[in-house]
Amino acid sequence: MTGNGIVRVVSKVLLPFILLFALYVQFHGDYGPGGGFQAGVIFGAGFILHALVFGLEHTKKLLPRRVLEIGISAGVLLYGGVGVASMLLGGTFLDYGVLDSHDPVHGQHLGILLVELGVGITVTMVMASIFFDFAGRGAPGASE
Amino acid sequence: MTEGITLVLLLFMAGVALIITRLRSLFAVVMLTGFFSFLSASLFVVMDAVDVAFTEAAVGAGISTVLMLGALALTTREEKVPVHTPLLPLLVATVTGAFLIYGTLDMPHFGDPDAAIHQHVAPRYLQQSGTEIGVPNVVTSVLASYRGYDTFGETTVIFTAGIAVMFLLTGRRRRRDEEETP
Repeated sequence: MTGNGIVRVVSKVLLPFILLFALYVQFHGDYGPGGGFQAGVIFGAGFILHALVFGLEHTKKLLPRRVLEIGISAGVLLYGGVGVASMLLGGTFLDYGVLDSHDPVHGQHLGILLVELGVGITVTMVMASIFFDFAGRGAPGASE
Repeated sequence: MTEGITLVLLLFMAGVALIITRLRSLFAVVMLTGFFSFLSASLFVVMDAVDVAFTEAAVGAGISTVLMLGALALTTREEKVPVHTPLLPLLVATVTGAFLIYGTLDMPHFGDPDAAIHQHVAPRYLQQSGTEIGVPNVVTSVLASYRGYDTFGETTVIFTAGIAVMFLLTGRRRRRDEEETP
């Protein structure tokens, strides 16, 4: 697909909006439909579109394997870390109320935001990683 | 109105499913599976489950279609003609389907307010989450706070799946490279 000019131009125009929409779904999930998983999938789909149109090698420069490996674990660690942090602050595991010493509702907000961010990071990186593994398997160095 | 749209979507889905069973070209099957996912995403929108529709459209119609195409590029584009008669699989599928439909007869009707699931903890979530969690989207507060433990498990499942695919697909090539080097 790398030779198709229309696809390249349209994807180039659309990609920032796809990623921006993913961020909106991620951080507006408290108020509207959406959340970490949906945002992660959309963000991952953005990277997959980039790889389909511009070639896997270019996307791998953008998102090296090392970043993927760290990201996959970092999301889960962030989620679990919030749980451990709430335990250290005297609550139970994943009880966000204690995260803010003044107002439990603020603690809940913070906890949900961080936890959803963890889900989003892991899902994005897993989706991109699975696609990279599939697409990179055909022939070594093949991009489409 | 809603019933009409639901009916049309379900008929389309049934039609697509039937066509998929008749096709031998796997490329067409993958594309139609994506179309099927998109139809079910539309169905979720009609049922006011926008979160689920989001996920279905992005994962079912988007990413999994691309992954299936990737798998096709690695394998073959044509399904082999089966050597056995399809009678036994047809019988198994029919009996299983009949049992599943029989199972739904005891289930409460769609949107029934007296259904067990609306009587247990749902009223408490709807009434208390505004003051306890303070997040307008009740789905988010259930998912991330009340059921945070479950969501942690789900994230771990995705993590495990990602790691497993990574090992399965990239591990073997490395081994083959090592065999080729000496």
